Amino acid sequence: MNIKDMIKPYIVNTPPSGIRKYFDLINEMKDAISLGIGEPDFETPWCIREEGIYSLEKGKTFYSSNAGFIELRNEIARYMENRFKLSYDPTSEILVTVGGSEAIDIALRTFVGPGDEVIVPEPSFVAYKGCVMFTGATPVPVELKAEHRFKLQPDQILEAITERTKAIVIGYPNNPTGATMDYEDYVAIVEVLKDKDIIVLSDELYAELNYKGSHVSIAQFPEMKDKTIVINGFSKAFAMTGWRIGFACGPKDALEQMKKIHQYAIMCSPTMAQYAAIEALKNGEGEMRRMVDEYNRRRRVMTDGFNKMGLSCFEPFGAFYCFPDIRSTGLSSDAFCERLLTEEKVLTVPGNAFGACGEGFVRATYATSIDNIREALVRIKRFVERVRGQ
Amino acid sequence: MRKLKTPGLLSKRILKGVCHMQKEILEVLKKNSRITVEELAVMLNREAQDIKAAIADLEEKGIIIAYNTVIDWEKAECDIVTAYIEVKVTPQRGQGFDRVAERIYQYPQVVACSLMSGGFDLFVVVEGKTMKEVALFVAEKLAPIEYVLSCATHFVLKKYKDNGVIFNKPCKDEREAVVL
Repeated sequence: MNIKDMIKPYIVNTPPSGIRKYFDLINEMKDAISLGIGEPDFETPWCIREEGIYSLEKGKTFYSSNAGFIELRNEIARYMENRFKLSYDPTSEILVTVGGSEAIDIALRTFVGPGDEVIVPEPSFVAYKGCVMFTGATPVPVELKAEHRFKLQPDQILEAITERTKAIVIGYPNNPTGATMDYEDYVAIVEVLKDKDIIVLSDELYAELNYKGSHVSIAQFPEMKDKTIVINGFSKAFAMTGWRIGFACGPKDALEQMKKIHQYAIMCSPTMAQYAAIEALKNGEGEMRRMVDEYNRRRRVMTDGFNKMGLSCFEPFGAFYCFPDIRSTGLSSDAFCERLLTEEKVLTVPGNAFGACGEGFVRATYATSIDNIREALVRIKRFVERVRGQ
Repeated sequence: MRKLKTPGLLSKRILKGVCHMQKEILEVLKKNSRITVEELAVMLNREAQDIKAAIADLEEKGIIIAYNTVIDWEKAECDIVTAYIEVKVTPQRGQGFDRVAERIYQYPQVVACSLMSGGFDLFVVVEGKTMKEVALFVAEKLAPIEYVLSCATHFVLKKYKDNGVIFNKPCKDEREAVVL
């Protein structure tokens, strides 16, 4: 028996993330600057870390209830209400998960399977497409455009909908473009989706990293709330990536089934992380705001830097990414990133790693120190001038 | 008549404090006073000339007093000894502790001096080349000052954190390359 032949074809056919090869390259380099990693460079605020430590010291090392500690769910309910005006019953409409990623996975597994189609607007987080494929369903990409600032367009969604469409995955503020959706942007989208039997998975992990105003969730539209699963978490807002803790909110009947998968596959989220998350929601806001303010300042420096060197970059109002257009250099995204890394030791990620329509763009994160950003911009400028002169 | 007076008072109060932009400027400068006006302008999404004027205003009002550098002297292998001294003082009629404080902070060896609540009155930070030098300064200069009742000297053995900066913290980016 060849074990390879035993693997399900749709697992084999799911391509690995295109980002990996660059990371292997940078690991061997000295003085390289990485604008490639999609996670906060801040450590988790101390008050939050300390709660995790306390929980271990006190020997609180047992399972929690499957949905997560009720105290945490209560805090999440309070937070969702206060921050986003979304009410969820902590006893039946909130599920604590192992990061937002698990929530995406189990939500998809709950609703879609072989024969179904899931609309995945791109460029977007690489896991959406993969998780859809793992269910046996078919991802249907919708190519978002720079001229629309990578916002969802109702006509594009309408075009992508077929009889088999079961769900749509949207992620705003967006990785990798930094795009956000305002209330007005959603109005037309809601018009398209409100009467259809299509589930919306709204990945709002970057909700707090919104530099223009308050984050808008599609679930805030009353006609959408009953068909939307909101996914959020602590990784980005509270710099808690390694703790693996997130949550899903949605209608009771859906959450009950999602909880079943979570229960059998995961049992419960790490309890140390749950205790820490309670503290994050109770007392972490000040520290979170401090980080958001810092991202905001870096964001302006990076966007300004790209535009000044002629790599046109629309102002990203969310997440911690810039998505400059590199077509003026005549290089493909891959060639740009590979050459920039080998010639100037700056790591960026080619836009097409997040969907074919990302070609012509690169993702650069400002989740790194201002000194790194400054130096990276000097190197990128030097590189761009050299490429243009050739 | 009273109504007329109120806006005047209010505007005076605003002038005394700082505006939102100035607050933002202070936050950035607190961490890095070497940042250029142009960079600040980009960071805060303002015009460079406005930033320049705002900083000048902060300096003029004495809100920004000095631009300092946080130095790990131990690493520089320079001999600097720091002592924190709790000073008990008899306050003077009409002048409280101010007059004694003034006499103390004039010494160049004194790098900080604050009035405290609690068990003692003045908290004085003294720097010198050796422990002996600092001890002699306390014995010969500080303690004999009129109205100074007592001095309790504590020498700093190791600095872990100063001015909000953790010393000896590795600045290596330890984030693993993850795929997302």
